[in-house]
Amino acid sequence: MNGIHDMGGMQDMGPIEVREDERPFHAEWEARAWGLIRATGPFGPTRRRNFRYEHEILPPAQYLQMQYYERFIKLLVERLIAAKLLTQAELDSGRADSASPRLTPRVTPANIAEQLTRRRSLRREDVKIRPQFKVGQRVRARNINPVGHTRLPRYMRGHRGTIVADHGIFDFQDTDAEGYALPERPQHVYTVGFTARELWGDAANARDTVHAELWEDHLERA
Amino acid sequence: MANAPDKPVGRRRFLSKAAAGTAGLVAAPRIGSARPELLANEQDQGHQNVPSDVALRVKALESILVEKGMVDPATIDAVIETYESKIGPRNGARVVARAWLDPAYRKRLLADGTAAIAELGYGGSQGEHMVVVENTPTVHNLVVCTLCSCYPWPVLGLPPTWYKSAPYRSRVVIDPRGVLREFGVTLADDVQVRVWDSTAEIRYLVLPERPPGTEGLTEDALAALVTRNAMVGVAKVTGRGGAAA
Repeated sequence: MNGIHDMGGMQDMGPIEVREDERPFHAEWEARAWGLIRATGPFGPTRRRNFRYEHEILPPAQYLQMQYYERFIKLLVERLIAAKLLTQAELDSGRADSASPRLTPRVTPANIAEQLTRRRSLRREDVKIRPQFKVGQRVRARNINPVGHTRLPRYMRGHRGTIVADHGIFDFQDTDAEGYALPERPQHVYTVGFTARELWGDAANARDTVHAELWEDHLERA
Repeated sequence: MANAPDKPVGRRRFLSKAAAGTAGLVAAPRIGSARPELLANEQDQGHQNVPSDVALRVKALESILVEKGMVDPATIDAVIETYESKIGPRNGARVVARAWLDPAYRKRLLADGTAAIAELGYGGSQGEHMVVVENTPTVHNLVVCTLCSCYPWPVLGLPPTWYKSAPYRSRVVIDPRGVLREFGVTLADDVQVRVWDSTAEIRYLVLPERPPGTEGLTEDALAALVTRNAMVGVAKVTGRGGAAA
């Protein structure tokens, strides 16, 4: 979707505000929010909309105004309500409904460390697919404007670049128009390099480049 | 309802206060902090258009989910503890210092970032497929996620606010040199700038240039010079260094 989240190349967002320290949280609520997000185990239906798509469909003004952890909490609440594990009345009162069933946490102090550090390779080592492109080849990012979630940024579409690396086979992450995963579609993912001039015109420095990882479905022969 | 700012509130008490009922808290958005240094930052939040009740909503949600048995507050404590003391930019700094000292390690790191980083014990969520890009006198790398906030957690921890912000995400691909100047880095025209937009599952770590005058320093001393911003590519490492920059 050509939404506000796809902001690469916009110029009117103001100066970058840099905090001068490396601590992960700058308020207690941020720490509790992040902890809550990671400590709430899987719940609800297994077929659900892409999490990033749910961020992307927030109204643009809200998306820009909301703090990062605030956005995550909002979406966690929406999912809990949709899964009927939380009600608005409970949120308003700050107390759990005494009639609601007592559950057992899926994530515990005993298994959280393993959950946070487990390596889950998303590469599909189990399938063999011949790559359509090879390193050094010229390609063009397709001019597509899907309304679901896509990993092809707007600023690259229609532009020509060069395959810099082939990372192997991954499931395609673009979704259908409602934000649900497409039928399994493993394919090669490449790093594609574009010159800054190809993307932004002759005012850009002739040496500079911008790279991104794109799936085969994002690319065509140039 | 407000905590006295000088009275530290433990994480358990943060919760128990919420459990006492949040409805009555709405009129008094003064939030207790476990640490005084966070208190000042919470006050800062007012300048960032963060609704003053967000902290209360988080408290209420935690308290309800704990009451329902969906979440164990000790797990939340463990998550926070992990990101505050185990998963953070000090891990990446260790990787960089090792690469500066050990040419064979540097070679492995640039050839297969994931495996070389795992040698030092770092890996997992948001670091499954690592690529390390090296800054040189003629090439400067910088990392962004224009669509979201993708970031290499095992080596850099959670992303800083500026990395997740619209100004950085939007502008760094079209005007990387201007963005670098905002961070205090001015590059000569003949230095190539390579921007890496993390659109898929690959996560990037910048291997900064080792500053002059650091010969003979130990791995610990070198790691102490390496900043988070240098490993994202918006700063250079200086001999002064320091984790705070």
